[in-house]
Amino acid sequence: MKASVGGYARASDLRHALELLSGSGGLGRILAGGQSLIAAMNMRLSAGDLLVDISRVSELSGVSDAGDRLLIGALTRHVEIGGNPLIRQHAPLLSQAVQYIAHAAIRNRGTIGGALAHADPAAEFPACILALGATLHIEGLNGRRDVAAEDFFRDVFETAIGEGEILTGISVPKAEAKETQVIEEVARRSGDYALAGLCLVKRPAGHRVALFSVGPRPLLARAAMTALDKGDVEGAAQALRDDMDPPSDTQASSAYRQHLAQVLLRRAAARIEGANA
Amino acid sequence: MSEAFRDRIDITLTVNGEPVEARVASGQHLTDFLRLELGLTGAHASCEHGVCGACTVEVDGAPIRGCLMLAPQADGAEVWTVEGLTDTAAIQDLQEAFVAKNALQCGFCTPGMLVAAKDLLSRGGIPSRQEIREHMSGNYCRCTGYEAIVDAVETVAQARAGRGAA
Repeated sequence: MKASVGGYARASDLRHALELLSGSGGLGRILAGGQSLIAAMNMRLSAGDLLVDISRVSELSGVSDAGDRLLIGALTRHVEIGGNPLIRQHAPLLSQAVQYIAHAAIRNRGTIGGALAHADPAAEFPACILALGATLHIEGLNGRRDVAAEDFFRDVFETAIGEGEILTGISVPKAEAKETQVIEEVARRSGDYALAGLCLVKRPAGHRVALFSVGPRPLLARAAMTALDKGDVEGAAQALRDDMDPPSDTQASSAYRQHLAQVLLRRAAARIEGANA
Repeated sequence: MSEAFRDRIDITLTVNGEPVEARVASGQHLTDFLRLELGLTGAHASCEHGVCGACTVEVDGAPIRGCLMLAPQADGAEVWTVEGLTDTAAIQDLQEAFVAKNALQCGFCTPGMLVAAKDLLSRGGIPSRQEIREHMSGNYCRCTGYEAIVDAVETVAQARAGRGAA
């Protein structure tokens, strides 16, 4: 089908984008890479939007070293995340995740900020930044604020971004010396959204496990994390049952998603053990 | 509605090496612009939500989904379609290999396949069959079963590597 768009404006910088958004009478919608939004508009899941195209706002793109953290601009494209040496060194979970996201042509346009703001519960990046304990930077005409990843994802396609605000970037803590990060997922075909997925970060201070595609938003598997901290992988796999209540849909039943999450946890733990051996 | 938002947008870009100026509808995607306004019907509009890959074209040197980029966003871009890539003979060996290996039947997916394959081959070296499959996995073919397409891409990779070594 064809999109039905209310209007289009191209923002020259962040301030301009925020002014456009504020002048849109609530109909404004941020267009970045467009790989989810334009698909949704073409399917008429969204119609009449006043598009604020931020894709030329260069200040929102790129990766920089900020001491103990990496600052990743919201408009940094998936292909850039996948190839960036700073990310490969300090946040390898994100580098690994890129290979699972759709296909090359989509990774050339899609942006990390777009993926996070869209908050598809089956997407990889939201779960990654939850596992990493990243901070999201949000800006409005009234100023900036920071939101922890754990407080950012509210529900299916719902985040802490308020009316008139734009996600400008994220700060990701650099991996510590003995930290390992892995992502595992199962999809029916390469590039499809996962039936279930899991990010595992092992830090000297403890484990962090984030699940995706098993609920309305990515979630921290706290019971499994506690079990992993005690060195009990099988206990962690069993504990996942307490951490999630996955939905059944045409892609997979709830029980199958639970089974997959357990398999993925065992795989991820084995990979980390292998990496440290 | 705020006057800042327009439903017609003026854009200037190059398509297949030729400068183009146009006024486009705010919601028109790049594939429809190429097909309906410029008569370049090589890129196909099929699923129109980024799944099938039939609309794949090259924008600023990288393959993208024409259906997931709005024409207004192409302002200032350099766009290449299968027509231009054919005229410059940039993918002649790929096209000949697709014919020789029977890598197309109805041909609907072929322009997108060629643009995706060109991108993979531009990286140099000889990708494994698994790498070829992975790279082409965003392009659907409903006729061939893909084996012949992988054959064609692999053949060209080998031939180009052989020429480079000679």
